[in-house]
Amino acid sequence: MAEAKWMSVAQVKEQIRESSAEEVTASYLEVIGKSKLNGYVAVSEKAVEQAKEIDSKGHKGPLAGVPIAIKDNISVKGMQNCCGSKILEGYVPPFNAHVIEKLQAAGAVILGKTNMDEFAMGSSTETSHYGPTLNPWDLERVPGGSSGGSAAVVAGGEAPFALGSDTGGSVRCPAAFCGIVGLKPTYGSISRYGVVAYANSLEQVGPLANNVSDIAALMDVIGGYDNRDSTSIDRKIAYQEALKDDIKGLKIGIPKEFFGEGINPDVEKAVWDSIHRCEDLGASWEEVSMPNIPYALASYYIIAMSEASSNLARFDGTRYGYREKGENWHSMISKTRAEGFGVEAKRRIFLGTYALSAGYHDKYYLKALKVRTLVKQDFDKALSKADVLMAPTMPNPAFKIGEKIEDPLTLYLSDVNTCPINLAGVPSISVPCGFTDGLPIGLQVIGKPFDEASILQAAYAFEQNTDHHTRRPPEVA
Amino acid sequence: MVYENPDGVKIGLEIHVQLNKLNTKMFCGCSTDYHDAEPNTHTCPVCLGLPGALPVLNREVVKAAIKVGLALEGEIAEETQFHRKNYFYPDLPRGFQTTQYDYPIVSNGKVVIEGEDGEHEVGIWRAHMEDDPGKLVHIGSIEKSKGVLIDYNRSGMPLIETVTAPDMRSPKEARRFLDKFRNILEYLDVFDGNLEGAMRMDANVSVYGGTRVEVKNISSHKGVEKALLYEIMRQKNVIRRGGEITQETRHFDEARGVTIGMRTKEEAEDYRYFREPDLMPMRVSDWIPGIKETLPELPDAKRARFIEQYGITDMHAKSLTSKIMLADFYEGVCKAGADPKQAATWIADVLLGELNYRDLVIASYDGNAIGCFNDKDHSITNSARVTDMVELVALFTDGKISDRAAVEVIRSILDGEEEKTPTEIVEEKGLFKAEDDLVTKAVSEAIAENEAAVQDYLGGAEKSLNFLVGQVMKKTKGTADAKTAREMLVKELKG
Repeated sequence: MAEAKWMSVAQVKEQIRESSAEEVTASYLEVIGKSKLNGYVAVSEKAVEQAKEIDSKGHKGPLAGVPIAIKDNISVKGMQNCCGSKILEGYVPPFNAHVIEKLQAAGAVILGKTNMDEFAMGSSTETSHYGPTLNPWDLERVPGGSSGGSAAVVAGGEAPFALGSDTGGSVRCPAAFCGIVGLKPTYGSISRYGVVAYANSLEQVGPLANNVSDIAALMDVIGGYDNRDSTSIDRKIAYQEALKDDIKGLKIGIPKEFFGEGINPDVEKAVWDSIHRCEDLGASWEEVSMPNIPYALASYYIIAMSEASSNLARFDGTRYGYREKGENWHSMISKTRAEGFGVEAKRRIFLGTYALSAGYHDKYYLKALKVRTLVKQDFDKALSKADVLMAPTMPNPAFKIGEKIEDPLTLYLSDVNTCPINLAGVPSISVPCGFTDGLPIGLQVIGKPFDEASILQAAYAFEQNTDHHTRRPPEVA
Repeated sequence: MVYENPDGVKIGLEIHVQLNKLNTKMFCGCSTDYHDAEPNTHTCPVCLGLPGALPVLNREVVKAAIKVGLALEGEIAEETQFHRKNYFYPDLPRGFQTTQYDYPIVSNGKVVIEGEDGEHEVGIWRAHMEDDPGKLVHIGSIEKSKGVLIDYNRSGMPLIETVTAPDMRSPKEARRFLDKFRNILEYLDVFDGNLEGAMRMDANVSVYGGTRVEVKNISSHKGVEKALLYEIMRQKNVIRRGGEITQETRHFDEARGVTIGMRTKEEAEDYRYFREPDLMPMRVSDWIPGIKETLPELPDAKRARFIEQYGITDMHAKSLTSKIMLADFYEGVCKAGADPKQAATWIADVLLGELNYRDLVIASYDGNAIGCFNDKDHSITNSARVTDMVELVALFTDGKISDRAAVEVIRSILDGEEEKTPTEIVEEKGLFKAEDDLVTKAVSEAIAENEAAVQDYLGGAEKSLNFLVGQVMKKTKGTADAKTAREMLVKELKG
């Protein structure tokens, strides 16, 4: 059979019909075996077996035999779920996340678990206990993060698509840096059951793929209500039906606050070129003002860290994962957490604890919540005038490994365009829209809550009329 | 009479009640019926706090909380809101407890108790829902334990924490409040107070309007009364010696009956409360009318009805309604045809007294029999049946057995190994009231055989009559009615 690398899901399915799910899975495993990217932290030993079973049963599911990579913070029964952290060393969940149940019912074959920033805290996948993942476009650069492993393996041809999670840009940032498509769905549209929480009120599982159609195909499988997640919303969205190559009459809002100081001129140009391309295709655009966006980053970090400080309290060495010996329980938990968490996780736990502490709670946490409301109102207002908003996903292309890791503030600043979306809970998709010095640039298309249809349609039409998504990274070709 | 409260005692209580009558835990589907189960068998990813597991609020918990709120005549919040209370402890699998903070489900309620000077109202500041942590089991004693085992069966059990106003003026009032409170909750059928850890209490107390001290984690009503008596004495002594009461948390050592300082206000923990992002508010205002309709008759109302309907005394009515199972049993006995006033006497005075004497607590009533729980060894023991009580009351009112024999029958029912009806017991033990001629014969014999006693009595020694009555009872093997025997003796001797 032909090498499965970089095939679309439709092509993979065709290939399975011609040969078998087993052969397709084996072909991916071969590519993975030769990988230089450090995208996977664990490869499934059961993948071939599962593919065989799909073949023998003649599975009719929408993703029958299609391989997929899963971020290492999404629980797959019987496989490690370490969230890029030493503290979860050896932890194997005894249950499946909701999205995994859905994928398995649809016939998907899980290839393995992908690398990530520790507990999804980062934009470069450098904070992982398993070492950094490399960007397939330039092996000296970061793939973005925190779902850097998932993005790199898709861009590197090691999986047709993957699942990541997006708390403040963790799907869109690596999608932009790796030249692929990534979606942060509306908060509540996918169950978070089984996804290890970093910041519950902000995050959603999100798909990463080589094209918009594959994103929609995946969303039709994993989206939908789940009674085990109280924040999940019972609302039917037809994702694939939205894929129409037509944006005539589409009203695009351009929030100027997303083109702020420090933006790379090539990025700015590529995004404006894309907006003009949409105009050529029959869409119209106008600038919209979102005055509270400059405060979003600070609000986002306070809320995320506060929630994280509580979410990560359960990792105490008592029940599972890594444990240090101590003379008593207090010293055991202190040593375990001191050794088990990396620098960035500790920094965020400290800061979050501080922000929630008596005397600071109102000044930081409560104020951040107020800003969050204002940011939401900005989106409501902007999206009442426009069908979708367009903006750069990342202000800059992928940076060098080690370049920003010693300077957390600069690293945090790279989330400036992605985290407002999480504060508002709205959907946003990042699609490839150009290159600078051989590095991909991402265009972010933002929509109204539960109106994934509009952003998928816009992204699909843009993709159909451009060829950025067809370029492949030379390093791994 | 107005109670002066000479020491200016103010007591407030915080009571944790486990809603152990619900079928499932607060945020997951695990069964609450774990009390006889092996450790860690009633757990799942949610109540073990495994990474990625999410809570889903059990509606029945909210309904039970609303029921409690309505019974306490409180205001019910329009929607649920939960916060995280963050602290580290090995029995707390997520490193935080899910509780309610500034928007409790119930606020501003009240309970009327029998106070030092008659009816006394105790305000309820709030009642809120929260989940229970697991349980630490020490290997050996706490001091010498080499290790600690954790049982998460209890983790995620639904609790209601009720906070009263500092309206109680004595340890006795605190105990009475607790008795009444527990009684109300049992009427609502949301809680079984006999299960281990079902009710845990903290008491706040101050004297002379001074600084309050909190005594934490007391497990019984009796314990609260004892802890408060000690603590009030301690505070008075400190003040008498010119010292000052510091705001602190103390622990009650039940065995020694003393309170011991744990931590002062400066060491108080910062729980970093914030809204639980995994739970969405649940609107409950529409549920309230429906829940109101299902509210059962509460103790005070039942007590008034018993007096009215059955013509019994207030004392009897109060005693019979002090436990829902007992009240239902009493009504069962009345409905089955027993004379209500007689039934009240035999149940409230005799049966209840015999149960107390045996450390038995009424733990169940199934429409036919009450089951008892042994407070000493926590075993479930013999029960009394409705039919038994009906039969017993009939035997007595028909004059077939004496009151002494009736007490004997009740004791046999409670202590007997086999289930027997009162008639069977009476027959077996020969307790039927003697025929009149049998008693007449015994009276004649007693007079004939006890010359000295007869002379003493006739000489004015009233006590000697008691001796003669005793002789008659002995000759009739207790089947004679003592009052009748006495009357017959007097008639015979004094004409």
